[in-house]
Amino acid sequence: MTTAEITDLITVVIDGFEVSVPKGTLVIRAAEQLGIQIPRFCDHPLLDPVGACRQCLVDIEINGRAFPKPQASCTIPVEPGMIVKTQLTSIVADKAQKGVMELLLINHPLDCPVCDKGGECPLQNQAMSTGRSETRFEGVKRTFDKPINISSQVLLDRERCVLCARCTRFSDQIASDPFITLNERGALQQVGIYEKAPFKSYFSGNAVQICPVGALTGASYRFRARPFDLVSTPSACEHCASGCDMRTDVRRGKTLRRLAGDDASVNEEWNCDKGRWAFKYVTAVDRLTQPLIRDASGELVQASWPEALAAAAKGLKENSSAVLVGGRATHEDAYGYSKFARVALGTNDIDFRSRISSDEEREFLAAHVVGSSTTYRDIDRADHVLLVGFEPEEESPIVFLRLNKQFRKRALKVSAIASKLSIGVEKLNGDFIKVAPGQEALAISKQTLTSLSVILVGERASESAGALSAVAALADSSGAKIAWIPRRAGERGALEAGAIGNLLPGGRPVQDPAARVDIAALWNVASIPSDNGRSSDEIYAGVNSGAIGALLVGGVDPLDGVNSADALAALDKAFVVSLEIAPSEVSLRADVVLPVAAITEKSGSFLNWEGRARAFDAAVSDSLNRSDLRVLSMIADAMGVSLNLSTVTSAAKEISTLGKWDGARISMQAVSPSQSPVLNSDQFILNSWRRLLDLGTLQKGEENLAGTARQTVAVISPNRAKTLGVTNGDQLKISTQQGSVTLAALVEDIHDDAIWAPRNSLGSQLLVNLGAGHGAIVTVVKL
Amino acid sequence: MAEIEAFKNNDRDLKKVEFTQVDQPGSVGFFGHAKGFWVTFSTIFKKPETVEYPEVKAPTQERFHGRHQLNRHPDGLEKCIGCELCAWACPADAIYVEGADNTEENRMSPGERYGKVYQINYLRCVFCGLCIEACPTRALTMTNEYELADDSREKLIFEKEDLLGPLRAGMLMPPHPMYPEMNDTNYYKGDVTQAHPSQDVKK
Repeated sequence: MTTAEITDLITVVIDGFEVSVPKGTLVIRAAEQLGIQIPRFCDHPLLDPVGACRQCLVDIEINGRAFPKPQASCTIPVEPGMIVKTQLTSIVADKAQKGVMELLLINHPLDCPVCDKGGECPLQNQAMSTGRSETRFEGVKRTFDKPINISSQVLLDRERCVLCARCTRFSDQIASDPFITLNERGALQQVGIYEKAPFKSYFSGNAVQICPVGALTGASYRFRARPFDLVSTPSACEHCASGCDMRTDVRRGKTLRRLAGDDASVNEEWNCDKGRWAFKYVTAVDRLTQPLIRDASGELVQASWPEALAAAAKGLKENSSAVLVGGRATHEDAYGYSKFARVALGTNDIDFRSRISSDEEREFLAAHVVGSSTTYRDIDRADHVLLVGFEPEEESPIVFLRLNKQFRKRALKVSAIASKLSIGVEKLNGDFIKVAPGQEALAISKQTLTSLSVILVGERASESAGALSAVAALADSSGAKIAWIPRRAGERGALEAGAIGNLLPGGRPVQDPAARVDIAALWNVASIPSDNGRSSDEIYAGVNSGAIGALLVGGVDPLDGVNSADALAALDKAFVVSLEIAPSEVSLRADVVLPVAAITEKSGSFLNWEGRARAFDAAVSDSLNRSDLRVLSMIADAMGVSLNLSTVTSAAKEISTLGKWDGARISMQAVSPSQSPVLNSDQFILNSWRRLLDLGTLQKGEENLAGTARQTVAVISPNRAKTLGVTNGDQLKISTQQGSVTLAALVEDIHDDAIWAPRNSLGSQLLVNLGAGHGAIVTVVKL
Repeated sequence: MAEIEAFKNNDRDLKKVEFTQVDQPGSVGFFGHAKGFWVTFSTIFKKPETVEYPEVKAPTQERFHGRHQLNRHPDGLEKCIGCELCAWACPADAIYVEGADNTEENRMSPGERYGKVYQINYLRCVFCGLCIEACPTRALTMTNEYELADDSREKLIFEKEDLLGPLRAGMLMPPHPMYPEMNDTNYYKGDVTQAHPSQDVKK
């Protein structure tokens, strides 16, 4: 709190106790500071006051003049000389609250035994504290048909609703998805959707969580359990780099639901639907439980742990080896891979970027991202936020919520350098700086920013040559802060852990002798290889050319790149040790497969895009699976090398002992942008990103969630639509040499040279179907 | 008052404790013995209370707490809605319930919800009857059956099939649809008295 705020304190008396609170504080919140609980339904600290439920009535008197009737304490800010009497000291307030409760219960059904909220229901609790024990109502309760699906994932029981408007206010004020509203009047008032537009918000789960009664319920948790059945573990979300605080509820070893945790500095009290409802992938797939070895006949057969470890150690020892670790590993696991590569394999050939990446990006990460500390607070204070290769709503939803909060609060200026105007940027009323895919660099260098500005760079910026160089130059000239926001939860942690060819743990440059000595001393090895290692693509190429003979692969999808054929060929050719939770494209081609624990079964931490540690404990405790770190230690032991990382705690300790690099950073070589290509009339430049809800591996087995995904469309500009004679809904065939996809057309605000399609949605898996990434030239034909 | 030597335990300071000798009653005499034996003698001419269990089984009191039963509505649908209030009330943690959705194709009870898994562990049950009091639909009641011994732990965990009451006349084995033109409220009011021919979907 600053001095200015402290001088604005106002002292009020509540139930005879004095309390000093900042100006503008609501009476109900001032009472909370004294530990006085006033019953409430509609009040929520992060939503605007509305006074809809009338449950929080109190007696108020200002400078000796009393309000004639009790007032809703959730809508009235404190004022000097205010004396408040709550239900504890005022008979009038107490009677008023009891009366409101009685009226609320008139139409509330007595179906607590079948209601999911039963046992954790504010209405139940407050009916006990503030209600009568016997009803005086003898009429017939109002009933509705129930339940109705307002989306495939959210169910509405209208008769349970107390019309507090929390859900509608959340959708409107926080998510800017005003898809639900209160319809009708009087006793028939109800939450409703527009007939043709279901509640397809990416944040609909929050409305379910903040519903103070059981009116909104999630289809996947409906009737599954009672609160007292569940064992809750604080956890962190593994889906994206936002770093949401979560709570995982488990019944008898099975995750039944996940809720958003309360972390004011990160996700506040919200999360996205993917984080909330996509957790069945752990149980939906056939999990690997036993190590597998490829036998003489070429079949994968079950083996014992010692056998499999010995085979893995032998193969990795006899060949020159490299490590591929996906962006989903925890910080500690990534550190294990990083140390394993250097200590056991004696190589810097390690890369966590199992996606489209570039050398420019690697230098950018080493020069500007590793060890940096741009945070959500910087977004809160920014005068201008520039989005480069980043679609916040789809790729990091909590960043979107934060931008939206600042936009609503103080009209934060947001600019997006992109080819297509996204729904998220439209909601933020952002400046859409339209460029052709691949030509981002020029537009970036034309921006003027201040030292208060923040540049949010997505991982897709690496797909446009020169874009990251232009970002670095812009930040240098303006003093603006850079934040790199990858899509996967583990990438920032893997970067800090040195799971990349040009960096050692803590951001130490591989080519810096002092840094190598640091690490070698701590790891107790003679030396660390001094050359920059290969990147993912170079590792695959190295295998195919014969330079690399063995691969250690953990959590990588080889189809997640433009040249997946090379990747698969490399996996077929090399001796592959695969650490996996379930059979995958890698494990099917592996020579040794070692099963590892899924996120819910192990402890660890992720570093979110800010670099903030998001630690979590194992939610399911009786799993026999081992974390990647444990398995790596065992392989190292079998190779006769000691990794000294037997537990997550020991890895975390070692990481903190290492600390951050305080020496010179790598300086970045600027890359010049590519020339804009010349296009024929049927040619377009492809622009695409992944949607939040798509065919991602971690969303397997979630039909209800998939039902709220956005429609798969191909977006073209009005001008090109005219020349091609295309209208909304026409089928467009997009093709490259590798293949084609056919999608419904949508004419929207997009650069004339560009066509947009989702990268990994139903019917549009561009990397697999087209083998084309951002900036590739595709041919489009109207069918 | 007699002096009794205390235990030699200085820690407990037992020396300071005073012991009081209890007065023994004196001899009962001949008539005293005769009075005692008369009870035995007179019983010879009475009808014996003991029965030759297990050949003969005496009926219990009407409200004796025996094995539980999951009841059915008169048309055969289950009364249990899987609300877990019995499990909540159970002081011995003997009941395990999992609820699930009723669908039109697979309806086990009127309304939206039914008990998919229902287990009572009779190794833990103390037959207190709190579960019966908690049940909001009178689905769970207790029978007078008391013969619950068995030779393994597994056999004493009763599943839903073991606990469900038998199909009586007029009942159909669920899953089947609700009585036509009736909703769950009608069921609770007792408007449904037997199955309707249209509910017999297996025919």
